[in-house]
Amino acid sequence: MKFDTSGLESAAPAFGAPSLLGDEFSAAPSFPVPNTTDFDGFQKEAIQMVKPAKGTTTLAFIFQGGVMVAADSRASMGGYISSQSVKKIIEINPYMLGTMAGGAADCQFWHRNLGIKCRLHELANKRRISVTGASKLLANILYSYRGMGLSVGTMIAGWDETGPGLYYVDSEGGRLKGMRFSVGSGSPYAYGVLDNGYRYDMSVKEAAELARRAIYHATFRDGASGGVASVYHVGPEGWTKLSGDDVGELHYHYYPVTPSTVEQEMAEVAGA
Amino acid sequence: MAKQHANWSPYDNNGGSCVAIAGADYCVIAADTRLSTGYNILTRDYSKICKLADKCVMASSGFQADVKALQKHLGARHLIYQHQHNKQMSCPAMAQLLSNTLYYKRFFPYYSFNVLGGLDNEGKGCVFTYDAVGSYEKVGYSSQGSGSTLIMPFLDNQLKSPSPLLLPAQDAVTPLAEDEAVDLVKTVFASASERDIYTGDKLEIVVINAAGLRREYIDLRKD
Repeated sequence: MKFDTSGLESAAPAFGAPSLLGDEFSAAPSFPVPNTTDFDGFQKEAIQMVKPAKGTTTLAFIFQGGVMVAADSRASMGGYISSQSVKKIIEINPYMLGTMAGGAADCQFWHRNLGIKCRLHELANKRRISVTGASKLLANILYSYRGMGLSVGTMIAGWDETGPGLYYVDSEGGRLKGMRFSVGSGSPYAYGVLDNGYRYDMSVKEAAELARRAIYHATFRDGASGGVASVYHVGPEGWTKLSGDDVGELHYHYYPVTPSTVEQEMAEVAGA
Repeated sequence: MAKQHANWSPYDNNGGSCVAIAGADYCVIAADTRLSTGYNILTRDYSKICKLADKCVMASSGFQADVKALQKHLGARHLIYQHQHNKQMSCPAMAQLLSNTLYYKRFFPYYSFNVLGGLDNEGKGCVFTYDAVGSYEKVGYSSQGSGSTLIMPFLDNQLKSPSPLLLPAQDAVTPLAEDEAVDLVKTVFASASERDIYTGDKLEIVVINAAGLRREYIDLRKD
């Protein structure tokens, strides 16, 4: 059986572009680069123009029932909210999820690319790719574009033969295995709630409520996070979406408005 | 000696605004027809709307040279698709093609802010909104361009559709009738022209429904 080394190929090719009519998937995408003397400066300006959506709160943790993944849905461009309904939990395949933080286009594109690579791995090796392998594929691609201005802070969560798996991967080339992660501008707030309430032996329902609350609290305090709090569960059969709740409504669900008892009532005075 | 910076930029902003609204069985795509550069108006009669496929129309604001190049690229890819598959591309398929096309220029972006509108394979209206490097999302309505910060809050107020992320899911498509949606678009551009210097002159409205595609032109403020 031929050993599949496609994962070792460098993602940024030195020459040649895939032909329009030919197969674009096995060759890594090639990117035209502007012909300037000051590449870094140009990239800095291009990034300013593009202003990737940054503010976000995403989190994921492993517990006895599998992996719980949750995220908000706000995309901001500077101070403007460009969308309240961004899908930040990306379905790579039926048993693996990726979260999005940083540049929206970067995360969307490279997660789709990862999904394609995972599918090719399945076809080439007649078995599913492990979470370890998938996260390594993504980390290697991002490392090869290190310094070029990609902005990706993602978590790869899935269930493979070794059980639940969770990795944090970012555009600096970092890749960390762990039990609990939160990524984004709202992550400090999410960590506070998450770390306080976490137990390994939670039930799926308890874990989902912890995840939901952590996202809610982050959206409450972080201006760049908001919209809809989505919660997904990855179990041995794959992932399922457990809930999607508007965080404005969650607020009144957690802190209902109690009508205060009236002590003294002011009466209307007849016009003098 | 401090690093010399280029005094020439490959980009320019030609201004203008675009809007798209998805209905149960129609889609309205509209854009103004003013082409500007800095404080000058280059022409009052420039179409920012391009028909990519029978049921798929794109409106783009930003740098019109990049928009023109993008339209040509997508047109060529669509032609190849038709030769290979003997059918037109559906709107969701074109939406992904546009996203990938934009991302392939990630390090030298198309300065083009797009909205894609059309009918999906079931005849329901769909609108996709993009950023300059290809991140995209299916929405019930969207606006892009210089007037979008003025237009979007108004559309949110009139059309705020439940987020597609909510579970149990709620329909994102607007309950408005086709003629109401067209009136809303006219109102929205009239307001935007009052407060955005880059929006005005004429409004081009394209409506796609089961019967096909129709085009309408409305005058806007020329100042």
